[in-house]
Amino acid sequence: MADREFGFETQCLHAGQLPDAATGARAAPIYQTTSYVFDSTDHAASLFNLQTFGNVYSRMMNPTNAMLEERLATLEGGRAGLVVGSGMAAQMVALLTLLESGDELVSASTLYGGTYSQFDYSFRRMGINTHFVDPDDPENFAKAITPATKAIYAETIGNPLNNVLDISAVAKIAHDAGVPLVIDNTFGTPYLCRPFEHGADIVVHSVTKWIGGHGSSIGGAVIESGKFPWDNGKFPGMTEPSKGYHGIRFYETFGDFGFVTKARMETLRTLGPSMSPFSAFLFLQGLETLPLRMDRHCTNTLAVARFLDDHSLVSWVKYAGLPDNPYHQLAQKYLPKGAGGVLTFGIRGGQAAGIRFIESAQFLSHLANVGDAKTLVIHPASTTHRQLNEEEQASAGVSPDMIRMSVGLETLDDILWDIEQALAKSQES
Amino acid sequence: MTEDIDTLRRILIQTRVIAVVGLSANWWRPSFFAAKYMQDHGYRIIPVNPNYKEILGEPCYPSLEDIPKDVEVDMVDIFQRSEMTPPLAHSTVAINAKVFWLQLGVINDAAADIARQGGLEVVMNHCVKIEHGRLMGGLNLFGVSTGVISAKRPKWLVY
Repeated sequence: MADREFGFETQCLHAGQLPDAATGARAAPIYQTTSYVFDSTDHAASLFNLQTFGNVYSRMMNPTNAMLEERLATLEGGRAGLVVGSGMAAQMVALLTLLESGDELVSASTLYGGTYSQFDYSFRRMGINTHFVDPDDPENFAKAITPATKAIYAETIGNPLNNVLDISAVAKIAHDAGVPLVIDNTFGTPYLCRPFEHGADIVVHSVTKWIGGHGSSIGGAVIESGKFPWDNGKFPGMTEPSKGYHGIRFYETFGDFGFVTKARMETLRTLGPSMSPFSAFLFLQGLETLPLRMDRHCTNTLAVARFLDDHSLVSWVKYAGLPDNPYHQLAQKYLPKGAGGVLTFGIRGGQAAGIRFIESAQFLSHLANVGDAKTLVIHPASTTHRQLNEEEQASAGVSPDMIRMSVGLETLDDILWDIEQALAKSQES
Repeated sequence: MTEDIDTLRRILIQTRVIAVVGLSANWWRPSFFAAKYMQDHGYRIIPVNPNYKEILGEPCYPSLEDIPKDVEVDMVDIFQRSEMTPPLAHSTVAINAKVFWLQLGVINDAAADIARQGGLEVVMNHCVKIEHGRLMGGLNLFGVSTGVISAKRPKWLVY
């Protein structure tokens, strides 16, 4: 009998997690262990040589983490995944597996601020140069490519600008140059957008956000499509004997999961940003309800966007789910089930009103995260971007009147009520 | 249809002796990885390669026909260029093996037809080690999407 193609919701509950072989436990066991016994010295040698599959040390692999890895890889429609200690670590592990000193990255300029700093500060210190380009015209990526370029990087939905990337156009540019397209799909989630279906080669996530959905744990993931031709001459680290793992040729030996295996056995093993198995367990719980939560996040966010769009104290709203948004057509192509759970808006009265709005909210939580089940608000100009002057803030897409809201799962009328009363108080002096 | 999960799992459970054509003695070569893995998991490996006398502690034979007649080969696993495979399909039928397995990247429909007409099951363009790890347990530990969905306790696990 042909194998059934299971649906997304089924995969959210089952992929990567069979009942526990030892106990029959139906929930995912938390394998809280650092290490795993070897059956013999020969077994140990086979494990270290990667000649057999098995566990050695939880810095690189852990059965609970592996369940999350397989589930995320399956949900993205990819071949293999790797979970790490944070979203920032996921980008770092993915990109340091691809790039070394002297190599270049071409990245969208519209990025989460921490990502921008990772590329612009930390990677430059390692001799990896990033060219930042305006992603609205995909040709800008092509113009920035040089012979040293080893990857193109962008977010499905930019944070905090809420711009949607033309993934397939940028993927074509990357492939014409023989380099992979790496997409941060945190704001998309595999329920709303599957970048591999549009030509991306590697997907990274901050699973801290909607994947978990509970705001309780920090984590990240790297997933590969299994389709990139690593033997095109640009990636000797994938095809030549590994200096970082005693001579293994990762692409020849592991084929369509060679990249993730190299990321695991070289980059994660030597740099060490591992995920705790307890966190992996919490992310598995989150994934079980991802489709239900994302549907509600999207309908609530669209309703809030419409409410704000009609509000006299709001000067502008950026949400690609609104028909007059410049990214609406791209959102319909890449995010047909909904444009995600984050919007930004401008409040009348600028920075002072923005601060009063945030401080007047009763249950909208003022904090620096997105993707929680609770509604979250932040005024970037007075918090995340306050070290920049107004000109620098503008180039980062942050204006003094901007509020970013990650719309949660509370009763919609309550969310609108809290926004309304906080907007009213924002105008008091 | 021989490449669904139930069929592949049955083949991997019923097979005990695997002749590996094109097995290399170099430890970093994929054929060695696969054969060592299968040997570690209880299969008897019969190396077939004219360039070696012995691999993995087993005598190595120049061709399938050179394997002693008292060795019952269940599966012939092919690490050869695709165009080399039709004569190997005839040989696999001739030595009464039950499964003709062409490794990842080895694709030849004519060879597959020869083996099927000889009454054999054919698996093409798959790695025997990766399929074993995928369906009998182990590959999942490396974060690979296995496609296995089940609410039964996995009593087939071998690790």
